[in-house]
Amino acid sequence: MGRIQLNKVTKTFGDVEVIPPLDLTIEDGEFTVFVGPSGCGKSTLLRLIAGLEDITSGSIAIDGNDATDVPPARRGLAMVFQSYALYPHMSVRKNIAFPLRMAKLDQAEIDKRVNNAASVLNLTDYLDRRPGQLSGGQRQRVAIGRAIVREPAAFLFDEPLSNLDAALRVGMRLEISELHKRLATTMIYVTHDQVEAMTMADRIVVLRAGHIEQVGSPLELYRAPRNTFVAGFIGSPKMNLIEGEEAAKHDAHTIGIRPEHIAVSADEGPWSGVVGVSEHLGSDTFFHIHQTGLAETITVRADGEVSFSHGDRIHLTPRADVIHRFDAGGLRIA
Amino acid sequence: MATKASRSAARLMMAPAVILLLGWMLVPLTMTLWFSFRKFLPMRGGDLGWAGFDNYARFVTSSSFWPAVYTTLLIVGGVLVITVMLGVLLALLLDQPIWGQGVVRILVIAPFFVMPTVSALVWKNMFMDPVNGLFAHLFKFFGAEPVVWLTDAALPSIIMIVSWQWLPFATLILLTAIQSLDSEQLEAAEMDGAPSLKRFWFIILPHLSRAITVVILIQTIFLLSIFAEIFVTTQGAFDTRTLTYLIFQRITDAQNIGLGSAGGIYAIILANIVAIFLMRIVGKNLDA
Ligand SMILES: Nc1ncnc2c1ncn2[C@@H]1O[C@H](COP(=O)(O)OP(=O)(O)O)[C@@H](O)[C@H]1O
Ligand SMILES: [Mg+2]
Repeated sequence: MGRIQLNKVTKTFGDVEVIPPLDLTIEDGEFTVFVGPSGCGKSTLLRLIAGLEDITSGSIAIDGNDATDVPPARRGLAMVFQSYALYPHMSVRKNIAFPLRMAKLDQAEIDKRVNNAASVLNLTDYLDRRPGQLSGGQRQRVAIGRAIVREPAAFLFDEPLSNLDAALRVGMRLEISELHKRLATTMIYVTHDQVEAMTMADRIVVLRAGHIEQVGSPLELYRAPRNTFVAGFIGSPKMNLIEGEEAAKHDAHTIGIRPEHIAVSADEGPWSGVVGVSEHLGSDTFFHIHQTGLAETITVRADGEVSFSHGDRIHLTPRADVIHRFDAGGLRIA
Repeated sequence: MATKASRSAARLMMAPAVILLLGWMLVPLTMTLWFSFRKFLPMRGGDLGWAGFDNYARFVTSSSFWPAVYTTLLIVGGVLVITVMLGVLLALLLDQPIWGQGVVRILVIAPFFVMPTVSALVWKNMFMDPVNGLFAHLFKFFGAEPVVWLTDAALPSIIMIVSWQWLPFATLILLTAIQSLDSEQLEAAEMDGAPSLKRFWFIILPHLSRAITVVILIQTIFLLSIFAEIFVTTQGAFDTRTLTYLIFQRITDAQNIGLGSAGGIYAIILANIVAIFLMRIVGKNLDA
């Protein structure tokens, strides 16, 4: 069980209000991702839930019980830190067993759970090593192992993959998702990387300066971003935001069109511009188009085989059914 | 410093310092070695020739030898225990965010800058004097009989004085070590259900082990040779005669240079045994 409710939670450091009043409910078993730019208060929010920071006002309930003043150890939550925070002088086995030892479980039960976690996480061969003798990915798994043996009500992850190289990150992303499917335990995952958010989340919470900008499933956020901030943050490459005359044609202050919803052509289309940098990914090619008269740059995704040279003048056709419209305040017009 | 050329340049430039230091060490060492094999009594005939291992035998068979070794170990051990334990406590306290942190830290470090002779005199006259000392006044205030510190509790008094001098050093090293502890480790332990005492025992103390070994190593080497504190307080009386002080007495009081030099050589050997022993511990600690 792990249903977490935040009611009007605020947090100030000195005079700086990092989290303005915030309401949020995280359902049991849900994989929730907090995503937002650096410094927007994601870690702070997670630490408030963990109990590592005291909330300034408001309340937190876990499974319906008020947990506002419950110390972190008794909230039944496990946290995986960005730095892994392994205990360097203990072997992997002792690291994973540490929470169980603190809970005074008997040795047989401890061994059983540690061995179980080690086999789930492919750590069996490394149990007698020190964290310093492990690779980044293995350390990450030890940190996760230390979290799962406690059988917590919810897992909290604070940018757990940001110290790994790109290939490992993709692998660990899958492993964590897999783990969530198997354990079906509530997970709250903090990241600044929208790709991680999109690929892993059941529900994404987009934050900006401590405010919740939008909550929804990855596809909801992709299809119907509530404002220009979410529109620009979710999706890669970023949505093109166009103001002025072209937007006015759609009765909007700003219109948004994703790079994948624009067709390119050498000779026909309503918009035209000059090709700048092309990024060839093999499967896709991203063209950065200048001098369109719409915005500084328009990014377009085309098939990997499409090829234009730097300086070519080309034509663009946006898909009319997926144009997003926003008003002067940046809010979506339905 | 990777290339051959830069390495030999480095050697060349370090040479003067190394040679100077070596000379500084080798000249007195050789002279001590030389005198330890001579029968040399300045007031009773001067250099009376070759003595073989006589001085060495006489130094260790003297009835003062083993008590001096014992006293030395008590002082070194006592000071180490006190400075390390209080040092850890103080470092933990100073690590807390408190008002006026900078000033408090400087105050804590201050005793280290007081010369041993001065600090021993201050303790002797201001604190431990049985008539006018602060301790005497304190005892009298509570209606107790003042302790004649440097007579009745001479060894503990000296341990106290020396500990007071070395506590800042231990605190400083341990404080920097505590500050280098990743706070996320403590938070992880907190979430893992470790209350503060257990966090200290399982996380902070192991993290400090290396710094503690370094403190012990460095202090031992300096504590083996404390002298001023004994000289200005008890002059070696009341079971406070350490090995260093015994050597001093052999040379000045007994006017026996040969015997004193032999004692000096023993002290060198002892210090080196301690140093090698401790180096190994530190080495092991640094590898892990
Ligand atoms: N202990 C603290 N004291 C003061 N300010 C803090 C503290 N922790 C975080 N902040 C501030 O709160 C804001 C949000 O920080 P954080 O939650 O770490 O952001 P994120 O994890 O989203 O990058 C930042 O502006 C940061 O400077
Ligand atoms: Mg953060």
